Amino acid sequence: MLRLPAFAPSFPATVDEAVRIKTAHGLDASYVAGGTDLYPNMKRLQQTPRHVIDIRRVPELGLLNRGAEGQLRIGAAVTLTRLIHHPLVRQEWPVLSRAAATISTPILQNMGTVGGNLLLDTRCNYYDQTYEWRRAIDFCMKKDGKICWVAPSSPRCWAVQSSDLAPVMVALGARVILMGPKGSRSIPAASLYRNDGIEFLTKHPDELLVRIEVPALRTSRADYQKLRRRGAFDFPVLGVAAWVDLDSQGLVHAARIVVGAVGSWPMESEEAAKVLVGQPLTDESITAAATAAARRAKPLDNTDFTIGWRKDMVPVYVRRALVNLLRPSSPSDAAGLPPAG
Amino acid sequence: MATDGKGGKDRDFQVVGTPLPRIDGVAKVTGQTRFADDLILPRMLWCKLLRSPHPHARIVRIDTSRAAALPGVHAVVTGADFPIPFGVLPVSQDEHALCPDVARFIGDPVAAVAARDEDIAAEACRLIDVTYEPLTTIGSVDDAAKTPAPQLHDYADSGNLHKQVHLEFGDLEGGFAAADLIREDLFFYEGNTHLPMEQHAAVAEFSAAGKVTVWSSTQCPHYVHRALAKVLELPPSRIRVIATPNGGGFGGKSDPFNHEIVVARLAMMTGRPVKICLTREEVFYCHRGRHPVLMKIRTGVTREGAITAMDFESYLDGGAYGSYGVASTYYTGALQTVTYDIPSYRFKGARAFTNKPPCGPKRGHGTPQPRFALEVQLDKIAEKLKLDPAEMRLKHLVQPNTITANWLRIGTIGLGECIEKVVAGSRWKERYGKLPYGRGIGLACSSYITGAGVAIYWNEMPHSGVQIKCDRGGGVTVFCGSTEIGQGSDTVLALIVAEILGIEPADIAVVTADTDLTPVDLGSYSSRVTLMTGQAAIQAAERARAQIAEAVAAKLSASAERIGFVKGRVFDVENPEPGLSFAEAVVVAESRFGTIGSVGSYAPPKPAGKYRGAGVGPSAAYSYSAAVAEVEVDPETGIVRVPTIWIAHDIGRSINPALVMGQVEGSVYMGLGEALMEEMVYRENRNVVHKFPSMLEYKSPTTWEMPEVITYLVEGPDANGPFGAKEAGQGPLLPIMPAVANAIYDAVGVRVDEVPMSPPKVYKALQAKAKGAEPRFGPSSTPQLIWPEAVCVRTPAEGGDGKAVPRSTAVPTA
Repeated sequence: MLRLPAFAPSFPATVDEAVRIKTAHGLDASYVAGGTDLYPNMKRLQQTPRHVIDIRRVPELGLLNRGAEGQLRIGAAVTLTRLIHHPLVRQEWPVLSRAAATISTPILQNMGTVGGNLLLDTRCNYYDQTYEWRRAIDFCMKKDGKICWVAPSSPRCWAVQSSDLAPVMVALGARVILMGPKGSRSIPAASLYRNDGIEFLTKHPDELLVRIEVPALRTSRADYQKLRRRGAFDFPVLGVAAWVDLDSQGLVHAARIVVGAVGSWPMESEEAAKVLVGQPLTDESITAAATAAARRAKPLDNTDFTIGWRKDMVPVYVRRALVNLLRPSSPSDAAGLPPAG
Repeated sequence: MATDGKGGKDRDFQVVGTPLPRIDGVAKVTGQTRFADDLILPRMLWCKLLRSPHPHARIVRIDTSRAAALPGVHAVVTGADFPIPFGVLPVSQDEHALCPDVARFIGDPVAAVAARDEDIAAEACRLIDVTYEPLTTIGSVDDAAKTPAPQLHDYADSGNLHKQVHLEFGDLEGGFAAADLIREDLFFYEGNTHLPMEQHAAVAEFSAAGKVTVWSSTQCPHYVHRALAKVLELPPSRIRVIATPNGGGFGGKSDPFNHEIVVARLAMMTGRPVKICLTREEVFYCHRGRHPVLMKIRTGVTREGAITAMDFESYLDGGAYGSYGVASTYYTGALQTVTYDIPSYRFKGARAFTNKPPCGPKRGHGTPQPRFALEVQLDKIAEKLKLDPAEMRLKHLVQPNTITANWLRIGTIGLGECIEKVVAGSRWKERYGKLPYGRGIGLACSSYITGAGVAIYWNEMPHSGVQIKCDRGGGVTVFCGSTEIGQGSDTVLALIVAEILGIEPADIAVVTADTDLTPVDLGSYSSRVTLMTGQAAIQAAERARAQIAEAVAAKLSASAERIGFVKGRVFDVENPEPGLSFAEAVVVAESRFGTIGSVGSYAPPKPAGKYRGAGVGPSAAYSYSAAVAEVEVDPETGIVRVPTIWIAHDIGRSINPALVMGQVEGSVYMGLGEALMEEMVYRENRNVVHKFPSMLEYKSPTTWEMPEVITYLVEGPDANGPFGAKEAGQGPLLPIMPAVANAIYDAVGVRVDEVPMSPPKVYKALQAKAKGAEPRFGPSSTPQLIWPEAVCVRTPAEGGDGKAVPRSTAVPTA
C-alpha cells in the first residue's frame, strides 16, 4: 500500500486561528479541507507538509447563502455535494451545480470542497506520479527536478490547471475573498490564477481562501462543457465555460469565454468575447467566437489524449457551450442538472 | 436416473442449470472473505521491494548497510540471495526473485527489506545505495529487430527476438490461386493490463519444524509451489502454498512472482511471518497482461466468401521476461481456424524482448488480437463481395466433429445458433447498413478453448484431481487444488458434487487451493477449471456414490443400479419408500466399508497434431460467441459510445446460468475497455517509463460506459464437458473489439484497424475521409525479419497424419 507520511494535524475554530497557525509554520504547513487533492499528493511525496491545518471546523467557511447584493456566497469548505444539490444554486446558478457534478465521483464530491477545487494543484502526468516513478525520469521542474519534460527547453513548468469550477467562476465574474496575516482582500476569480505550472496562484501561501462570491445571473446565462475520457473520475482535458449577457433585443451585451485544462490557468479569450459583443448568437457569430477562443489554447503532452486532437476539440466545445445558451431556458429549467440528492 | 457425467442427453437435473447463489457470495458482500491482505499473523514483519529506476542497467554495486542499520529493520536481501532463476514455463526460466546482475525494466526489483512496519520498510528501501551502469534500451519490436545486442536474455532465438515460429498447413499457393478475392490488411492491438481490484499480496511463515507456508493471491498455487521449491532449494514437501481467494485475476496472477519468493526467504531468514501487499503501481509492473501485437493478415476467398487460404503474421512486444510468452506467441496463430473453414493456413509469429514489464496471459490469452484482425477483415471482405457479414459467416462455419487444417479437434459448435440469436435480437437485417449517419451496428464472432490441452510442464499426470470425504453426519467435503478467483469455481465444484450425490450445495464444504490439503489442479487459467475439475469431481462423486449405493442396495434388498440419490434422500427408485436420508446412507456405507472417501481425476484428450507447436490450441472443447455492438459515433469528435451489446455464447451446458451470465457480462465489460480506451503504454523517449501506472490515468470504463448487455446462452452439451459444459470466462470477451470496430464503420464509414479505438484515432480517420484519403487509421508496415524454415504439416483433408513433413513433400503436386 502507498503510505501517507506522518504529519501533525491542527483543527482551528476560526479563520484568524487558521491563518495564525499557517503563518507560524510557513511552507512547512498546508491548509486542507476534504483532502482529496492533498493527501494523494502527500502519498506520492509531491507535497510534504509536516503540519496540516484542517479548516473544516471553521463555521464561516461552511456558509452557503445569498448575499445582500443578490450574489451567491460560498464558503471555501462547502462540499461539492452540498453545492451540487443546494436548491438556491440549482435554481439560480445551475451552471455551478452542473459543473461541480462533473468533478470526480459522487463519493469524492462528499469530501472535496469548492475551495479545494479552485485551488487544485496543477496536474501533469510527469508530476502526478509516485516518488519512485519520478525518480526514474530524474524528477521534473515542479518537484525535486530541473527540467519540464513536457517542454524540455522551456524555462517554465507547463502543468495543467484542471479545476472544473475555476473556468466557471472566472466566466461568471466571481470574486474570491482571501484572509492573510495582514488582513483580508477581495479579488476577481480571474486574478487568483497565474499562467505558470508551479506558481499557479497569486494567493500568498499563508492566505486562506475564505469565500467565493458569485454575482446573480440576472439577464445573463452560462454553460460549462467538459471533455474527458469517462463519465466519472476524470479531470477535464478541456473545460469550456461560456457566459453571455443578452440585451432585450437578443444582442450580446457582454460575454466571457474561459477555457480550462489547456494551460496552467483558466484561459479567458477576450477575442472571442469581442467577436460576440453586439451580435446575436447565430451560427456565424458562435463559429467565429469558437475559432477565436481556440487560437490561444496550446495543449501539451501531459494529460490524457493526444495534443492535436485536444486542440481541435476546443472550437467544438466552445461552440457547444454557446449553442447550449440558445436553448430556451428559465431559472426553473433543470435540464442537465444532476438528480436532487 | 443415471448420471454418467457425459451430458449429451437431457435429463432431470437437481441443481445443474439452476441459477443458485454462489456459495461464497454472502461472505464476499459482507466482508467476511479473507483475502491475502486481510491476513495478520503474530510477530509479522512487513516487506517492501526496491525497484530499478532504470529500464536496462547493470547493477555494479549494492550497499545495504545503511538500510540494515535502520532501527526496526530485520533483514535486507538482494539478488545475491536468489541465485536460482525461475519462470512459469520450463523453456523460460529467466526471472530472479531479485535481479542479480541486470535490471531489465523500470520496476524490476533489485532488493527487499523486512521491517517492523511498512513505513520503516519503505524508508529502508530508500537507504539502499545501488550503483547502476545503464545499458542500451530496447523500446519496441522494431528496436529489438534492429538491436540484437545487448541481449536481454542469451537464450533468445536470435538477438532480442525471444521466439520466432513458422507453421504451414496445407497447400497455401493452391488456396490463394483458387481465390476470387485476396485481401491483405494490417492491424495493431495495443497492450493492456488486467486491473484486478485486489493488488497482489502474500504472507509467508516459517515454522520451527522447518516448513514454509505461503499464502498468496495467486491463480496457480501449484506453479508457485514448484517455483518456491526450485529457488529456495527445499523439497516440495517442506513448502505449503495456500491461494487465498483472489480479488480478481484475469491472468495477472498466473505466474509465480518475485514477491512471493522474497517473503518466503525473508520469513526463513528472520523466523517471523513476513507480508507484502503491492501498491497499484507495482501491480502495473507485475503486468503479464495483453501483448501489444502488430498483425498482417492475407486471406483468399471465393465469391461466396468461403476462405481458401490464410497467411497470418504477428509481432508481439513481450516485455522483459519470458513469462507465458512462448505460449502467447503460438496462441496469436492458433485459433484462427476454429470458427470458419480454412483449408490452408500459414502462421508466422515473433515475440521480442523489450525493456518493459513482461507481458503474459490476459483473459483470452493471445487470441483477442488475431480475432480482432480476422473479424474486421471479414467485415471488409463481406463489403467487397456485397455479402451480408452475418450470412457470409453462417455459410462457412467449421463443421462439428472435424479436425481443422492445423489439427485442432472440434467437437460441438453452436456458433450458427449464436449468430442467429444476435442477428434476431439486434434486428440486424432491418438495421445493418440502414441506420442514420453516426449510428451503426457491427457483428463479430469468436471461439476459445475450454482448458489448454497440454500442461505447462510435460507430464503424464492428471491436470486436475478431486478428493471427496463423506461424513457420517451427512456433510460432504470436496478437496481440490483449484483456485477461486471470483469466477465461481468453488461454487461449481459444490454444485457438481451436489448434483451427483443428490444433496444440497449447503451440505458441501469446499476446500481448495492448498498444496498440503488438496490434490493438484494446475490452476485457474485457460478456462480449464469447470471442465477439468468438473470431470474430476464427477468421477470422484460417482465413485463415492457407487460405494454408498452398494451398501444401501444391500440394506434395501435392491440392486445398486436402482438406488437413486435425490433431494437428500437415497432410495430404491422402484420402491421409493421408506428410503434413507443421505446421512443415514453414509452411516450404512461407513458401517460396511469404513471411512467413505473417493478420488477422481482428469486429463484432457491427447492433441491430434504431432508437430512442434501442436501443444498450443488443442482443447477438450471450444466455446463459441457471437456479438452485435451498437455504437453512436460523434462525427465532430470521434467519441464512440456503445449503448447496447447483444451477445450469444455457446456454453455447452450452463452448470450455473447466473455465473455464466456474470462471466459473459464481465467479459463484455473488459472487452469494451480494450475496444475503447485501455492501453498499457510507455514513454519510449523518456527511459521507457510507464506512462501512467495508476487507476486514475490508466483508463478503464466506469459504470457510465457499460452498455446494456443482452445475453443469450446457447446450450448444446459437449461430450467432453461435465454435464456437457464448456467455458464462459474468456471467450465472450473476444468478439467485442471487432464488433465495435465493424459498428464504427457502419456508423461513419471509417476503419479503425487499431485497438483501442480511442476518439483521436476515429477523428483522424474521419479527417482522412473528409480529405478524400483512405478512410482508415491503422498501421502501414511490419518489421522486416528473417524467418526460420516453416514447419510444414499436411492437413487432414490432404491425408496428413498431424506430423511435420519435409517441405518438398508437403504440398501435393497438381
